[in-house]
This record gives sequence, structure tokens and C-alpha cells, in this order.
Amino acid sequence: MTTEVADAADVPAVQRPGVVSRLMSGKAGPVGLMLLLILVIWYAGAVYLNAPRLIDGYERSDTEWTFSQLTDDAWAMERPILPAPHQVLVELNKTIFGKKITSKRSLIYHSWVTISSTLLGFVLGTSLGMLLAVGIVHVKALDKSLMPWVIASQTIPILAIAPMIIVVLGAIGLTGLVPKSIISMYLCFFPVTIGMVKGLRSPDPLQLDLMRTYSSSTSQVFWKLRWPSSVPFLFASLKVAIAISLVGAIVGELPTGAQAGIGARLLVGSYYGQTIQIWSALVMASILAGLLVALVGVAEKFVLRRMGVAQTGGAG
Amino acid sequence: MQNVAVKAVPTAAVERGSKSSVVETDKLSLTFQTADGPVYALSNVNLTIEQGDFVSFIGPSGCGKTTLMRVIADLEQPTEGSITVNKVSPREARLDRAYGYVFQAPALYPWRQVDRNVTLPLEIMGLSKAEQQERAARYLEMVNLTGFEKKYPWQLSGGMQQRVSIARALSFEPDLLLMDEPFGALDEITRDHLNEQLLRLWEKTQKTVVFVTHSIPEAVFLSSKIVVMSPRPGRIIDVIDCNLPPDRTLDARETPEFLEIAHRVREGLRAGHSYDD
Ligand SMILES: Nc1ncnc2c1ncn2[C@@H]1O[C@H](COP(=O)(O)OP(=O)(O)OP(=O)(O)O)[C@@H](O)[C@H]1O
Ligand SMILES: [Mg+2]
Repeated sequence: MTTEVADAADVPAVQRPGVVSRLMSGKAGPVGLMLLLILVIWYAGAVYLNAPRLIDGYERSDTEWTFSQLTDDAWAMERPILPAPHQVLVELNKTIFGKKITSKRSLIYHSWVTISSTLLGFVLGTSLGMLLAVGIVHVKALDKSLMPWVIASQTIPILAIAPMIIVVLGAIGLTGLVPKSIISMYLCFFPVTIGMVKGLRSPDPLQLDLMRTYSSSTSQVFWKLRWPSSVPFLFASLKVAIAISLVGAIVGELPTGAQAGIGARLLVGSYYGQTIQIWSALVMASILAGLLVALVGVAEKFVLRRMGVAQTGGAG
Repeated sequence: MQNVAVKAVPTAAVERGSKSSVVETDKLSLTFQTADGPVYALSNVNLTIEQGDFVSFIGPSGCGKTTLMRVIADLEQPTEGSITVNKVSPREARLDRAYGYVFQAPALYPWRQVDRNVTLPLEIMGLSKAEQQERAARYLEMVNLTGFEKKYPWQLSGGMQQRVSIARALSFEPDLLLMDEPFGALDEITRDHLNEQLLRLWEKTQKTVVFVTHSIPEAVFLSSKIVVMSPRPGRIIDVIDCNLPPDRTLDARETPEFLEIAHRVREGLRAGHSYDD
């Protein structure tokens, strides 16, 4: 059934049903509608938030003003409270396509800085998370002793602990990529551990009994049963982990004196009241998050299909 | 009471002379401790299964047949009494890979294709790739699943999945087969076919088979011995020797001997029920 839908989307304009019904039946329709709604609210919000200062200005300089003039001005301020979407787009265009990639003013450059520590942190965090999960599932003592710490670690606000990590690691000579990655790791091992523990424990009793009847070793049970059973759970966790890893990297860039990265752009933007810059960095961050999660999603589809268990996975 | 029938066993053992016992239980009982209090699954089971026997267990649902199989397989521990498998403890027998177990449910691994489900035990036991493939093909053919090697379990019907699990248990050629309602999910014709296949296999290899079924004709057709069990807690009501001619075909089910034994099994089951009321 899912294949039918996919086919319909792939088939080009051989026979075109009504535009409206076509739009609303696919994914594009609802998404587009949602986007439109957000834009309308955003533009209205920009007028509402920026108006007081503008009106102030008009009154001070005794200018006559109309509503349409107010909206035009509200959507074109240099340092608005809330910039209009097109201003953000212009800024994005300027800083993505208008600058050399190596330039400090290129958003691509800053994105790359953030992505690299995100990915390193993701790899570290996933490895740590898996390691902990394997330990917790196989060693009873670890289950009892480790799990509370794993959970407690996430109750500490990352904003409080990030500067300390940066300072402590800086004191032993680690700066730049590694401290930021460690903050990412700190955030992203958690969902991986939780998901993997659940996944490694997901085989049903009969599947485990079967292994027992073959008098198989613990490592055989792990590789032939527990590990494959955990893969769907692992991917669900990885999607959360990669997004949270990006958050970690950005947070890690805030206290570093802000040399480079999306976080640095946010920080510099707020120092100088460059709201357009802040918003374009925010938009960039969410685009990156979307891309990263989508990438994990593609890997998930590929792996589950190869494992032959994708018949239910297709829905997501 | 329950000991009466079992008294017959030593006599049968003498008749067969040299055969050694594969499973021996002595006053075996098992009580599950559950939240709603104890569940008495097995009570005072005395039983001897000899090498080469085809023993069928028949009894009402929930009477403890699966539990008894699981005790033999060292998946459940008895609370009283003793049991040996191949003269050693069930645990040692399990570590020796003494038996193949066909569970009541297929318990296939969904990420493995049919042939790789069948080769799972062979991988664990370290057989060569060629040997694995040869055996998978052979036993899949035996259960009429040639051509389905590369399907995933969810692409098969319930009965087909159960047949894969039978092929999986046969594939490593254990001397002792524990089969828990292996043909329960099959249509009559497939069931007949597999009954004959299993009978031929048993005659050829002299395996010991412990078999659970709810079908009286199936039990009579296949078995050398039928153990009738009472409702919970499972006790042995009757042990019926059942030696139809060795190279029998499905037509044997029309013969007077067959019908007589079937009648005796039915009587035993009835007696068990009224005994409980
Ligand atoms: N793990 C368990 N914990 C508690 N009670 C159990 C457990 N396993 C089985 N029982 C109980 O023991 C009794 C015997 O169960 P068993 O599965 O052996 O029955 P059975 O004879 O195989 O029935 P069926 O013919 O329906 O398969 C049942 O009443 C069941 O509820
Ligand atoms: Mg049962």
C-alpha cells in the first residue's frame, strides 16, 4: 500500500488529477499550508512587535503615518525586535552564497564548524551510550549502580555545566573542537543508552529460550539476537541524539569567547543587537538539524530494508 | 493413583532389552509461584522414555504438557522430585546440545530469511557454510518449503512459519526431539504429509521423539507410547503402548487396532476430566 503512494508521487504528469485534491492528498499540501500559516503569523508578529518603536519615531519627528507605511517600515528595519522572514532570507542568501566559504562571514563556514563538533560528539556519545547499554544489559551490578547516574547526569542543566567543561578542559590544554564535542556527547549518550537498553532487552522470552537450547555463548546471543533486535530502537534514539548533539555543540560555542560556529553567530548577534543575524543563525541551525535527522532517517530506512524488517518501518 | 500407569513402564523396558533410558523422572512436581498464589503445573510425574521411543503427550489445555517439555529442556526447574536426561541432569544435557526443541510458537528471527533461520543452530555449532546450506535445503524440502528460502518470516503464513521452525530443529540432527504441538497450525493435508515424513524420519534415524498433540489420531498414528495426562495439576493417567506396524501409511488409521487404541486414549482423557470434577 505504501508503495502505491510512493509510485503516485514519482509518476510525472502522465495524468494529472485536480490540482487541489492532488495537493491535499500528498505530503506537500498540508506542509505548504502550515508554512503559509506560519509566514502570516510571522509577518503579523513583526508588525506588532516592531510598531511601538516606529510609532515613537514618527511622533518624535512629527511625521504623518499610515498603516501601510507602518507595515513597510516594520518589515525593513535594520535592527528590528522581530525581523520579517524575507529579511532573514536576504541575510541567509548573503551569508551563504554571497561569501567565500573560507570567509569568517560565511554562514557555511560557521555551519561547518558547528557540524564538525556535532558529528564528533555524536560519534563519541553514541559509542559511549552503546557501551553503557551493553554493560547495563549484561551485568546486573551495572544495571543497579549505573542507571541512576545515567539518569542523574541529565538532570543537570547543560547551560550550567557547559562553561565548566570548557574551563576544565581548557586548563588541561584542550580547546576548540574537543570540548564542544564533549558537551554534545554528554547530551547525546543518554537517549542512546536508554534506547539500546530497551532494544537489547526486546527479544521475547521464546527467542531467548531458543538460544538457550543451543547452549550458545553470551556473545552469540548478543550478536545473533540482542543486537539485531535492538537496531530499530537504536535508530529511534539516534534521531534524537543527533539533534540534541547539535544543541550541545551550539551551547558549547557560547562560552568559548565565540570565535566561530552557529553559537558564535548567535552570541555576536546578541552583543550588537543584530537580530537579523541571530534569526538567520537560528534558521540555519534548524535547517542543519533537519538535514542531520533526515540523514539518520535515510540510514535507518536503508539498514532496516537490508535487514528485511522494514515492512512496518515504512510508515515513519 | 497416578503411579499405577507408570508401573507399566519397567515391564516395557525389559521387553526392549538393551535400550537405555533417555528421560527419567521421579516424583517430579513443579509449582509456579505467581502473584495470585501457587499454580500447580505438574504433580508427581513418574516417567521413563527410552531411546528410540516416540512418546506423545495428550491432555487438556493447560495441564502442564509444555511445562514438562520445558523441564526436560532445562528451561524450567522442577520444585520437587528429580529428572535425568541422557543419564545426566537436564542442564548438562542442554550444554551437550542433546535435544532439538520445536516450540509451540515458531519463534523465528524476523530479520533472518527462511534459510538463515534454519541455519541458525548450525552457525552456532560452527558447521561449514556448505554443510549449512545443504542441510537447510534438505530439511526445507522435507517440510515442503523449497522455493521459500529467501522469504522473510512475515511473508509466510503461520503454518509455514511453524514448518520453518520444524526444519530448524531437525537441521542439527539431534538424537532427542522435543516437539510441542508442531502441527497444530496446519491444514489437514499438510499435517498428514508431515506426519508421514516425521514417521519415516523417526524409523530411519531411531531418534527419540517427545511429542505433544491435541489430536488423538495423530498421537495414535505416530507414537510408540501415548501418555495421557489429567487436567491441572498435570498427572499421568495412563500410558498406552501403541505399536502399529512399522512401515504403516496413513491408511493404518482405518484399521481395527488403530481404532481400538484411539478409543482407549479417548476413554483416558474422559476419565481424567470426570476425576477432576
Ligand atoms: N511461567 C509461568 N508462570 C506461571 N504459570 C505458568 C507459567 N507457565 C505455565 N504456567 C501455568 O502452568 C499451567 C500449565 O501450562 P502449560 O503451558 O504447561 O500447559 P499445556 O498443557 O502446554 O497447555 P496447552 O495444551 O494449552 O499448550 C497453566 O495453567 C499455566 O497457566
Ligand atoms: Mg502447551
